[in-house]
Amino acid sequence: MTTYASPIGSSLKRVDGPGKISGLEKYAADYYPDNCLWAGAKRSDHPHALIKKIDISPVRNLPGIFAVLTHEDIKGANRVGVPEMDQPVLADCKVRYKGDPVVLVLAENKTLLQEAIDKIIIKYEPLPAVFDPEAALAENAPLLHENRNNKNLLLGGKVIRGNSIAAMSECDAVVEADFQLPWQEHAYLETEAGVARVDEEGILEIIASTQTPWRDRNELAYALGWPVDKIRVIAPYLGGGFGGKDGITVQGLLGLAALHSGGRPVKMWNSREESFLSSTKRHPGQVHYELGCKNDGTLHALNCRIVLDTGAYASLGGPVLALAMEHAAGVYRIPHALIEGFSVYTNNPVGGAFRGFGAPQVLAGLEQVMDILADKIAWDPLAFRLKNAVMRGDETGAGVWMSNSTAIIPCLEKVQEHPLWTSRQAWVSQSPPFKQRGVGLAAGLQGTGYGPMVADIANAKIELLSDGRFRIYSGVADMGQGNNPTNVQIAAEVLGQAAECFELIQPDTLQTLPSGSSAASRTTYSYGNALKAAALQLKERILTRACNMGMGLYAEDFLLSSGRLNHLPSGREIPLGLVAASMRPEERVSIYSYTAPVNRYPDKINPDIRAAGFPHRVFAFACHLARVQIDELTGEVEVCDYLAVTDAGKVLNPQLYEQQVQGGAVQGMGYALWEDFKLDRGELMTRNLATYILPTSMDVPDILSIAVETVEESGPFGMKGIGEIVINLALPAIANGIARAVGQHIFKSPLTAEQLLLILEKRPAE
Amino acid sequence: MKIVFELNGIKQEIDCLPDSRVVDLLREELGHTGTKEACGSGECGACTILVDGVSKLSCLMLAAQLQGRSITTIEGMSSGKKLHPIQQAFVDKGAVQCGFCSPGMLMATVDFLQRNPAPDRQQIRTALSGNLCRCTGYQKIIDAVESAAAEMRDEL
Repeated sequence: MTTYASPIGSSLKRVDGPGKISGLEKYAADYYPDNCLWAGAKRSDHPHALIKKIDISPVRNLPGIFAVLTHEDIKGANRVGVPEMDQPVLADCKVRYKGDPVVLVLAENKTLLQEAIDKIIIKYEPLPAVFDPEAALAENAPLLHENRNNKNLLLGGKVIRGNSIAAMSECDAVVEADFQLPWQEHAYLETEAGVARVDEEGILEIIASTQTPWRDRNELAYALGWPVDKIRVIAPYLGGGFGGKDGITVQGLLGLAALHSGGRPVKMWNSREESFLSSTKRHPGQVHYELGCKNDGTLHALNCRIVLDTGAYASLGGPVLALAMEHAAGVYRIPHALIEGFSVYTNNPVGGAFRGFGAPQVLAGLEQVMDILADKIAWDPLAFRLKNAVMRGDETGAGVWMSNSTAIIPCLEKVQEHPLWTSRQAWVSQSPPFKQRGVGLAAGLQGTGYGPMVADIANAKIELLSDGRFRIYSGVADMGQGNNPTNVQIAAEVLGQAAECFELIQPDTLQTLPSGSSAASRTTYSYGNALKAAALQLKERILTRACNMGMGLYAEDFLLSSGRLNHLPSGREIPLGLVAASMRPEERVSIYSYTAPVNRYPDKINPDIRAAGFPHRVFAFACHLARVQIDELTGEVEVCDYLAVTDAGKVLNPQLYEQQVQGGAVQGMGYALWEDFKLDRGELMTRNLATYILPTSMDVPDILSIAVETVEESGPFGMKGIGEIVINLALPAIANGIARAVGQHIFKSPLTAEQLLLILEKRPAE
Repeated sequence: MKIVFELNGIKQEIDCLPDSRVVDLLREELGHTGTKEACGSGECGACTILVDGVSKLSCLMLAAQLQGRSITTIEGMSSGKKLHPIQQAFVDKGAVQCGFCSPGMLMATVDFLQRNPAPDRQQIRTALSGNLCRCTGYQKIIDAVESAAAEMRDEL
């Protein structure tokens, strides 16, 4: 009998590691089917215009051009999107941003494809365009979508608690500030890619880099007018996602192409520039905060107004707003609050899902205002946060009930006792010549799952194979976060098997079961819960069958171990394959459907906002600390030390947990300091990785991660989602550190060297 | 034009357009999709290969430049079934998330450790600064390179 160490809580090596580091793992971009055509789109070069004429005659008969398609070739509704289906696969009457696809070309190779795209002539009648969300809300603003009651307002709503207007006048100290948050580009390394074909039986098969294979299938059926049961979507490992592949990217065009390729396979793979142009971004935001407290340090009133620019199409601009509003009061008890939110259409690129999903924008504002207010009443910024932080059972200022595990106070306390915090004054005073130092912190939270109105369901499937090994049918795409290896870890724990005893089937609408999107910090939480139960059910069946076969009297006398069943009283070992052979195929397959719990209380939010996902039930919490040093001569900001303390429940795998913490913090540093996505009247100015600056290995420090391991009863083995909480606090922590160094807050991010230099130059000579 | 070069120790003779990019040649003609492309303009390092042992960006190289050269791609990094110590360290230290940058990172690391077998963390950071990763925050990649360097020194 082998000794058995529980895999839960251990740094089990990722099962996807060997395939990825040997170059053998195939991503969507790596498929080159025989005889395949390349597809690509001619995109709009106007931000808002009527399409007057599409002239494809210059290219139709070019050698190597297989087909040239327009909206007239689409049999279905030609609209994709969730929850609002407003985005055309190919623009029909008009274009709404510079990047809208208008014509789709199928060619024998990439070179011919690009030549043809360049030669197509589209005649437009330009329309007045609007690029600022506040301007888009004005009465006479140009309309993006006709026949909408709310005109350019995609979604708006209010959270009202108490009477914040009257309460503000009761405060001893009040701070007000306006924040401008930028677009953020996901910049996953694998740009949008896929291959598609229609087989002999009329099945449209798409292999795509997608976080949402199941939702894609439904959207494609509606948009292209192809039966949903004749569409198969497969999601191999993604080369990054972060929310940017939460929905249709190339799938609509690919599907359309495959329906017109005469049975030949079709490939699409966006260039980096096309990815920047056509993919969704983190919503830019204008966030106004007014926060007041009493002299005893008690927060008393909050007014917050959030305006998000969702660009030309809805994408997930509604739900992102709902989550921004939900997280706008952060981790604090505030009795009086007014939180107003607006998600607005403009002729800019499309805002959509991005790790954090609205929370980074509001926490950037709130956590800076918290620091300013603490200073105003001469409180230590950490003590001020501790004084107001929620405990389990409390409501946040946004009226969100903390019904489940809530460990923000232990997170704050870990920072409070940490040397990076306790020795901060000494560190600041040792600043080298021409450098300014400061230490900042920020606290926050992140909801797990879909909120109250969209069922967060995962259907796990696991099979005992005839040879005694196991197969997990993953329902949720793995974009790099490691839910697939974690699935193995969970099943290994329940079934007592080594990781080698499992094989994985990637999400595939033909083979695996619908389990929702790879999003919302839910992948391991929801699918893991389902898988744990499915594996447990399978284990019971195996033990029962062993008893049926006369291998023992009682199920509890057996121990499952790698490839074997050990009968403890007799010491006999039975190969699992032997038990499997005595089970019918359907008995060897175990399925379990899990539905995540929702927050049914309080029901006092505007129904539209509630439908968009407000509020959540399970939250992760964190407090981050940044030590920053500013170069007085260049304005450059260096993050010298960084501490991330997280409550994401029990840690299932310390290595994967740290991967999320480190990667999220660094993506947050990019958002804070360098990632400056620039547009000029809808025209993209940062089109590549030379002008849109991502953090490199030289720009960031090692991240110190501390896990505050609460037990979240609803999560598998006590865990809750960690994917998003990790990105939310880098911007405010760094901003607060910079403000302590230079004595002034910067309300427009990213916090560029240019902005710093302007502030430093205005400083009086010492 | 016809070019002759060595790919992972095996002689290749192929007919191709002289101006086709090496990354396309590898991926589309030779089926070596381990070499990734993520920017196509020399900014991200995902397409890094070794040309006569020196790391080069295959998206910026033209096929004709391969004539008479010896190329190593990720597919040729390990010998047989045993992983190269750098690959093993990437798996062990958790340096892989989505994995799309990994082949380029590994190729750049092979070249770097040949030149500097005992680097400190800052030197590793500098050496890999031309290889972008969007998932890891680089820390575990640095850990892996540090660990692989130690392992490889021990083997000598």
